[in-house]
Amino acid sequence: MAKTMQFDLVSPERSLMSSQVVSVQIPASEGDMTAMPDHAPAITTLRPGILSVQTESETSDFVVTGGFAELGESLSVLAEKALPVADIDQGAYDALVADAKAVAEMAKDGEGAADAAKMVQDVIAVAGPLGLSAAS
Amino acid sequence: MPSLKDLKNRISSVKSTRKITKAMQMVAAAKLRRAQEAAEAGRPYAERFNAVLGSLAAGVGDSASAPKLLSGTGKDDVQLLVVMTAERGLCGGFNSSIVKLAKTHIAELKAAGKTVKVLTVGKKGREQMNREFDDLFVGHVDLSDVKKLGYANAQDIARDLLAKFDADEFDVATIFYSKFQSVISQIPTAQQVIPAKFDVAEEDAGASLFEYEPSEEAILADLLPRGVATQIFSALLENAASEQGARMSAMDNATRNAGDMIDQLTIEFNRSRQAVITNELIEIISGAEAL
Repeated sequence: MAKTMQFDLVSPERSLMSSQVVSVQIPASEGDMTAMPDHAPAITTLRPGILSVQTESETSDFVVTGGFAELGESLSVLAEKALPVADIDQGAYDALVADAKAVAEMAKDGEGAADAAKMVQDVIAVAGPLGLSAAS
Repeated sequence: MPSLKDLKNRISSVKSTRKITKAMQMVAAAKLRRAQEAAEAGRPYAERFNAVLGSLAAGVGDSASAPKLLSGTGKDDVQLLVVMTAERGLCGGFNSSIVKLAKTHIAELKAAGKTVKVLTVGKKGREQMNREFDDLFVGHVDLSDVKKLGYANAQDIARDLLAKFDADEFDVATIFYSKFQSVISQIPTAQQVIPAKFDVAEEDAGASLFEYEPSEEAILADLLPRGVATQIFSALLENAASEQGARMSAMDNATRNAGDMIDQLTIEFNRSRQAVITNELIEIISGAEAL
């Protein structure tokens, strides 16, 4: 039996998942990382991407945008927006892209412009693995 | 002495009022349950978030490189008060108690020689403050079209606040809302959001052991703006639950009062009815005796 750890995925509006998991692939801002039990304690921010959770019996994927992951004895991911991949259709995806673009538009002149632009790219990149057509 | 007809009319009008207040109470009860669920669902996120942010802030707080959102502008001359109230009335003292708290704060700040600006969320608070403080208003957020409060609503408000902060329009921002204690008790609360304030009870010894990716400062700079949105979101949720709770107990009272009134009017109605009958009998008897 593989070693497991407690994993929580919460968004401001609800708690999406709380269970024992074997490993979690996190879209961290500096590149993907996979967290397994007994990982060194770490805190990292998230970029928009796909969070892949591997429990003993199944794998579940979530689309997350923004937030951070706290990795200690247990792993908690606090995502600003989190949706199970199964719930995402083209409409929901387009809304995500539109949101990111709106933020980027607002930040265009400020110092966060580069970050916001990168975020749009990240959101658009999510389309590929989901099998959706990427919005331009 | 009102006639029988008048009494009848009044009883039926009070009865229909009671029906309305009863219905409003039941609607409020249903909405309260939903609002409470939403508030509870949001709590884990807010708690975790503030815990992590608190320990990060404790680590970075003293250094000169601390972000402005944490250390403030070094002044407290311009104060922004965000007053969150309901979009609808008929909820007892809910709106007034928040406005009252805000008003005392405004008076205190003004006495201390500070500049005060007010941002209102919710129509009712604006209406109540309009008379005295309309020159202080810097904005208004209308949530009357919002069916279900989402994090996006809080983000919009937070974004507005942050833009104003970046433009040096204020030094300190405080939000006013009502904390939900129970159906009969909601506590108007003032909470400072910018610069961020954390009540870190105990120093988290484990915090320094964390690996940070990217650096501690970068994470903090990324999270602080989100922290503002998180605080506003939980305040909005608490406020929504409080509003429904206050409305429910106000409508419960109104229903009970209407019931009392109906009882009284019915007694009065019966008395006058009896008096009329007695009068008629006397007239008939005395008429018969006269023959």
